[in-house]
This record gives sequence, C-alpha cells and structure tokens, in this order.
Amino acid sequence: MSTLVPPPSKRQKLAAAEKAREQQEIQSIPTDLGSVRVQFFDQATGNATGPAVSVPVADANIKNLETLLNTLQGNEDDERVPYRFTHHPDKPEGQTIDILSDLYHSLLQPGVKTTEDTISLFFTPQAVFRVKAVSRCAASIAGHGEAILATSFSPVSSSTMVSGSGDSTARVWDCDTGTPLHTLKGHTSWVLAVAYSPNGAMIATGSMDNTVRLWDAKKGQALGGPLKGHAKWITSLAWEPYHVQESGRPLLASASKDSTVRIWDVVSKRIDKVLTGHKGSVTCVRWGGTGKIYTASHDKTIKIWNSKDGTLIQTLSAHAHRVNHLALSTDFALRVSYHDHTGKVPSTEAEKVAAAKKRFEEAATVNNKIVERLVSASDDFTMYLWDPSNSTKPVARLLGHQKEVNHVTFSPDMAYIASAGFDNHVKLWNGRDGKFITTFRGHVGAVYQCCFSADSRLLVSSSKDTTLKVWDVRSGKLSVDLPGHQDEVFAVDWSPDGQKVGSGGKDKAIRIWRN
Amino acid sequence: MPQNEYIERWQKQHGKRLDHDERVRKRQAREGHKASYDAQNLTGLRAKLYQQKRHKEKIQMKKRIKAQEEKNVKSAAPDEPSKTPLPQYLLDRSQATNAKALSSAIKDKRSEKAAKFAVPLPKVKGISEEEMFKVINTGKKTHKKSWKRMITKPTFVGNDFTRRPVKYERFIRPMGLRYKKANVTHPELGVTVQLPILSVKKNPSNPLYTQLGVLTKGTIIEVNVSELGLVTTSGKVVWGKWAQITNVPENDGCVNAVLLV
Repeated sequence: MSTLVPPPSKRQKLAAAEKAREQQEIQSIPTDLGSVRVQFFDQATGNATGPAVSVPVADANIKNLETLLNTLQGNEDDERVPYRFTHHPDKPEGQTIDILSDLYHSLLQPGVKTTEDTISLFFTPQAVFRVKAVSRCAASIAGHGEAILATSFSPVSSSTMVSGSGDSTARVWDCDTGTPLHTLKGHTSWVLAVAYSPNGAMIATGSMDNTVRLWDAKKGQALGGPLKGHAKWITSLAWEPYHVQESGRPLLASASKDSTVRIWDVVSKRIDKVLTGHKGSVTCVRWGGTGKIYTASHDKTIKIWNSKDGTLIQTLSAHAHRVNHLALSTDFALRVSYHDHTGKVPSTEAEKVAAAKKRFEEAATVNNKIVERLVSASDDFTMYLWDPSNSTKPVARLLGHQKEVNHVTFSPDMAYIASAGFDNHVKLWNGRDGKFITTFRGHVGAVYQCCFSADSRLLVSSSKDTTLKVWDVRSGKLSVDLPGHQDEVFAVDWSPDGQKVGSGGKDKAIRIWRN
Repeated sequence: MPQNEYIERWQKQHGKRLDHDERVRKRQAREGHKASYDAQNLTGLRAKLYQQKRHKEKIQMKKRIKAQEEKNVKSAAPDEPSKTPLPQYLLDRSQATNAKALSSAIKDKRSEKAAKFAVPLPKVKGISEEEMFKVINTGKKTHKKSWKRMITKPTFVGNDFTRRPVKYERFIRPMGLRYKKANVTHPELGVTVQLPILSVKKNPSNPLYTQLGVLTKGTIIEVNVSELGLVTTSGKVVWGKWAQITNVPENDGCVNAVLLV
C-alpha cells in the first residue's frame, strides 16, 4: 500500500492558477508588424515635440521610447529623464490608456489603434529617483496625552517631525531612533496647526488659544512669547516661500476662525498686515511663490491677496458651500525650497535663495510662463481647478465625490491631483485639465488626509477607519495597507525625501512608517 | 375686564388729555413707592397674590441683570468646542457623533482572558423544561404519545428557516413570540440602538434552548452592528457583535440587551 498524496489545498490550487496565468501573459511582440508612426505631446502643455517619428513595433517598449524622447528633447546623457506615456482617446468620453510595457500590448493588440494610424502619446516626465512604498511600522511613540491633530516633517530630512496635539503641546520627534526630541510647551489649548519654516530652522504652531507660537527647531525652545492678535482659533499656517523672503526676516501667515488672516513679522513678533475681507472662518491659507496669498473660507469664496501690501487681488467664487482646503501646484517646491533629493545644501545664503528660486521656477514654468495652479475642495462635494493668473473663471469643475471633500493635494510633479472625501474614497485627477482618472477604493471610513510621495508615484491616505493605505498612482490599486493605529488617524505626512511616513490620530501615539 | 380696545378708540377719536404724558411719567416715578406701600400694607389673600406676582417679577429682573452683566464681561479664553480634541477640519461640523455613528473608540477591549468571559449578568435563574414547553396533544396520534412541544418563551428564528412537515415537527415556535430586533445599549457610551439579531449564541439554561433560539434573560445573542460604523484595528468593518439580554422578554414584549465590549 502506498501512501495517497492528499489533493492540493485551495491555496495551492489558487497559487498554481495564478502562476499559470502570469506565465501565459508574458508574450513576445510579433516581429512582422513593421513600424508605426508615433507623435509625442507634452502632457503639461499639450504641445507636440515635433513631427511624428516612425518606430518599429517590435522595439516600441517604454525604455526605447524614453530613449527616443530624451534624444528628441535634446537631453544630455547625464540628465536623462524617465517618462510616463499615456494615450488619449480621440473621443472625449473615452478612457486614457497608460502604456504599461510597450505599444503593442497596450494599443495595437486590444485594437485601439492599428499600425496604419499615427499614435499620439502624451508624456509626463517622472522623478529621476524612486520612493519605495512604506510597508511597516518602524516606531509607535507614545508621549502625547491627547489626540494628535497635525503632523509635519522637516523639509531638511526625514529624521525630524513635529506633531501638534490636543494636550496643548507640540512635540518634535527623532524619527530615525523613534524617540522624542523636544516638547514644545506654552500653548494653553489644543495645537491645531504646525508648520516648519522652509529652511527648517523654525517651527510655527497655531492653537485653539488664539495664539501663534514660534520655536527653535534645533533646540526646541520658544522664540519669544505668543503672537497675539487673533480673536478666535488658528486654523492654518503658511510660511513665506524662501526665495521671496527678505533675508533673515521671514514672514508667517496665519488663518483664523475669526475670518482674518494675519501676517506676522517673525523677527520682531509683530503683526505686519491683517487681511480682512472674508465673511466666515478662514479654513486654509497658502503662500504662493509669486507674491500672492491664497485663502479659502467658510463664506464660499477664495481670495487672493498681494503679500507685499496686503491688498485684495481677486475673489474666486464658484463654490456653493464652504471651502475646506486649498492646494497649489507648487506646494511641494515651496515647502522644500532648496532641499532636494540629493541631500546637498548650498553653502551661502545667496546660493540657497538662487536654488530655491530655480526649484520654484522649474516647478511652475509651463510654456515658458510661471503659472501657479490652484485647486480648492469644498463641502459642496466638488472641487474647482483654477488658474488665477489667467482668469477668475475655473479651469475645470471636478465632480465625482459623493460627500464633502476634506483634503486636496497636488502631486510634486503637478501631474495629478488627489482628493480625500468623507465618502470613503480617494480620487485621482489630472493636474492639467482636471479630468477624472481613477478612484482609490478601500477605506471603510471617511478619509481625512492624503499625501503624495516625493516622486509622485505613490499616495498615502489616512482615514477614520484607523488605517493608512498606500496607493500606487499609476495602476490605481492599493499598494500597501497599513493597519496599526488603534483609532482614527487625523494627520499624515510623507517626508519630502520619501523615506518615512508619519501619522497620528486619536490613539495618541505617533507612528513612523518606512519601507 | 375691558371689552375691546375702548381706551385706544377713545384716544383716536378725542385725543389724549393734555397732561397725559406728565401723568404717566409721574405714575412710573412713584411705582416703587406704590410697590413698597402695597407690600407693607396688604393683608390676607390680596397680600398673598401680591407677593406671588412680585416674586415672579423679581425672578425676571434678576435674570435680566445677570444677562446684562455677562454681556459686559470680557471672557478670557474661548471654551473648547468639545471635550475630545479635534483637528481643524473637523471643528465647526455638526458632529456625526449621534447614536448611529459611534466612534471607533468602541473597541474590543477584552484583551485579558478573564474579561473575555465576563458578562454583565453572570448568574441567571434556570428555566425548567416544564416551564419552557407546553405539550401539544391535538390529533389522535399526537395525543397518544404526546411528543410534540410548543415553546412558551420568545424565540429568535433565522430568516432562512422553513418548517418541517407537521408529522416531523417536534417543536413549534409561535409566530407571535418571534423577535428579529433587539434594543442594544452600549454600556460605555450609554446609547441605545435597535439592531437586528443575527443568531443566538448561548442560552445559559440549556444547550437545547440555544439550538432552538430561545430568548430569555441572560442569553447571549449576536447582533448586527454594521450601522454603528465600528472598525477593527486592521480597518475592517465590524459586522456582528455579541450582546447579553438584560430583561425578561416575555414580560416586556421587547428584547433589551447590553453590548459586550
């Protein structure tokens, strides 16, 4: 009697089926198809790089197309850029197709295009570095006595982070070792907003006690007393971008529930200007790189102010309900200023300003013009994409959310907009024309915040359902699920160098996630 | 009592007395004196009525003074809008913390072994089979051997239940005593929500009663909590949760239970 081998378990069967399917999909491109004509268009501007070029179908994979395009663009060998290619349909209602590996499998085989047609490909330059998806909890640090309401990484590196909490303190954390560095005590009520200055030397905190406080980021000491002036709590903070700062005299804008925005001179601790005009609580303030301050308010309007003299430039009113959040296309460039992925810091002040300015201009230049786009999220379930320098009319209305949209963010390369809503979904939109791209489904509770990685390939979202989820922007799928928080996650931030994700919420513990 | 607005009518027709305003002013000026005189000199029922009226007036006066004082005082710091700290974007929203959308603070805190098996009602009175079942003796065959029983207590019957043929049906669960929903209280939050019953997990009196789905005091039932929006730490929606029945359903005509957290 020989032993009978038990039948394969369900798991083994599934694995075998999966393997068979994967193996089947790896096919070669037929070599007898000849060549196809391809024309490249810039995704950001919509302009063609030149006339169509003929490409052999057998060799038309992403890598070769990238090389071809780099040559067409005249990029030197040391500044070759990876590109992402998409095909836009001829009909307006069709779906855009992402070229995943080569033209044959994405376009020709499904019959979208034939070799007779001229294929128009839109390209988006991608970051030359890659951020790995965070996948594990590196540290869970207790310390705060109440829920954590805001977090922010230092623009310098991923090793320090600041968090504001309901126990009326802000804390600075050493994320490399997972230990607390400093406790910033001084506020008498919840700390609602925290912001690092663009050079990473100072931290500003805004609180429920109507004051703003400034701290030395290195030593963790208070820089002077509270900045008093607001009559109600602080909702949002924005630093003056590094390249427009008067040397050594940075300014800080604080938005408050009392419907004003105050601009503080950080050195003399005085109010520089007061921007009044909103009729409701100001929910969000953003300081643009071209000397404009953008504010969103509960009175349904977005106002744009001149930061030099504090005059109102424009009022954008299209929303039908309170505006919750704003994002600028240049947010990331302004936040990190002269710090980049190489980690090299210019030595002199003038070089730093020049680097920050170059960074901003690179990010903002579209068609040789400096354009700062703005996207606003509202309680009316919609978002609007604006190009305020061109017109007071919105570029696009972003429809799709089924509940209030709480948070919106531009990807660092400005190609995408991600929005988090109370309808449990994160949605992804095209940053150029506001077209809907995809929905990230998976959260089972309201999504509070989301944040792109520095290379714009990944997105992390925090939710009421106690999880963080990392999404792959390109495939529109869940990349990593990060359970671990005991309760709602209020705040999440991805460090500008892409190493770590920091999150905090109602369970009072800061969690650091890394790959 | 005056009928109609005869004074106003008279004044419209003939005008006021020339010294009308003067008289009104004087009367008002002497009001305090009159009140004082009345308070000191009225006796009997009139005094009683007068004091009642005056008492009410004084209450109103004090309230008004207090309101005025509060208006003048500059308060130092504004109160926090809620007890639990909330991020900026959740302030000013009508809180969705009504009974239905309980926060995920409600968690399985039964990490310790002992707590896992602790229930709000640890001991209940046993129920004998005589009390639970009524012998059915209708029909010739049934009467002879008396093998058919009717359950005299409330029961939960799943919605996929179909009766067996009469010949094989040993237990009858009367339609009138079937329950589908329970009023479940969350002990920590003190909110009560009506939730659908999913199953009967344990009837402490008898395993047979568990099988039959009998709802008595102390029975552990499983309820559908999906509409409460509870989430596990891994971010999955909690669907079923256990609860213990706290009342005697047959006396009350409803099932009240307390959630086991």
